[in-house]
Amino acid sequence: MEALKLELKNKIITTLNLEDIAVEDIADNDALFGDGLGLDSIDALELIVILDKDYGIKLVDPKEGKTIFQSIESMAAYISANRTK
Amino acid sequence: MKKTYINGVGCISTQKTFDTVFLEDAVYNQNDNILSVVSPVYKDFIAPAAARRMAKGVKNGIVASALAMKDAHAENVDAIITGTGLGCIEDSEKFLKNILDNNEEFLTPTAFIQSTHNTVGAQIALTMQCKGYNFTYVNGAVSFESALLDAKMQLEENEANSILVGGVDENGDYTMELFKLAKRVKQESEQPFTLLAPKTIGSVHGEGASFFVLESEKKDTTYAEILDVQIINTLEENEIETEITTFLKANNVEVSAVDAIVLGFNGDVKFDSYYKRLTENTFSDTPQLYYKHLCGEYDTASAFGLWMASKIIKLQEIPEIVKVNSVKKSAYNTILLYNQLSGKNHSFTLLSK
Repeated sequence: MEALKLELKNKIITTLNLEDIAVEDIADNDALFGDGLGLDSIDALELIVILDKDYGIKLVDPKEGKTIFQSIESMAAYISANRTK
Repeated sequence: MKKTYINGVGCISTQKTFDTVFLEDAVYNQNDNILSVVSPVYKDFIAPAAARRMAKGVKNGIVASALAMKDAHAENVDAIITGTGLGCIEDSEKFLKNILDNNEEFLTPTAFIQSTHNTVGAQIALTMQCKGYNFTYVNGAVSFESALLDAKMQLEENEANSILVGGVDENGDYTMELFKLAKRVKQESEQPFTLLAPKTIGSVHGEGASFFVLESEKKDTTYAEILDVQIINTLEENEIETEITTFLKANNVEVSAVDAIVLGFNGDVKFDSYYKRLTENTFSDTPQLYYKHLCGEYDTASAFGLWMASKIIKLQEIPEIVKVNSVKKSAYNTILLYNQLSGKNHSFTLLSK
């Protein structure tokens, strides 16, 4: 699980081009959207593609995203339980 | 009919054209066939959250326009008009590569939304909160002149009092490889790339963004008045002298009254003959200047030429590095610019103090 969290942090920084943010700056329970990392709706689409492309998870209900993408912790838990690759 | 004054300039180029006076740090790079911009500190101009999705062309456009606005002591403008040849080619390449690499799946909007040609003009407008006329011209090597002409006509007809006009282009890795294959960019083996003594076709490629605040009123910050801009799509080499003298006559300017001619020499042995006809004949007694050895060739490189000419008129000095001949004048009050690319898209721009 720890390895997956680290992997997700690196992916988010690279994919979303968060130039000023390092892995250490993102705590596992930090909010990814809003007051936390400050991601927006376009970033949400990027995260959905990461789930699909890298872990074989297709989000059928977009409302699920709100819970899944709450933090690195919640993302890692969802991926661990549902990944197909 | 109102006049058109250049009241502020800003330039990001392959030279350090910010935080400098006028090309005092300029370097004539003869070893590289593709030149990249000397980047400013983007964070000083663009919030990091906004900058993270911007390609360098967008960032350069925003910084160059901010410099021009500051230079003109202007808070806002009535219109923003941009010229670009290839637009945001870096993000276009990225998006197309994603389509191919992922078999048309997993496409995200990030690269797509900023890959259109009008992204630069749009982002400048968003940054400045300018809700006025916003237009982008994509007309090859006269993209910038098309924007300039539009702005000039709007100021003359009193449809606007202040307009931000610029030319911007960026290099894309894949596009540069294609340009090399098409011999539009010189091959690595042909170095050193001495621009005024070419033996091969193609040119050294560059990128950059040059913006100008044009206003109908003369101010303390004024660089020059734009007397006229003319665009001609196709000209034979033996027609260039007649066309350029006709252009001057239409503006009641004698050849002898031109204090300097700024030429778009780019080192292409096939098409630099257009310029040579002028330097060896009509303008042999005129100070002759060039600039593409400093900024490289690209569709809107002529905007760098206008930036240079504006500086010369304001500062009344010509850096040695841009001189083609040694003819001097006591003052530089009237400057003519001529540019073309591959024998097409000819443009004349006439400036006066």
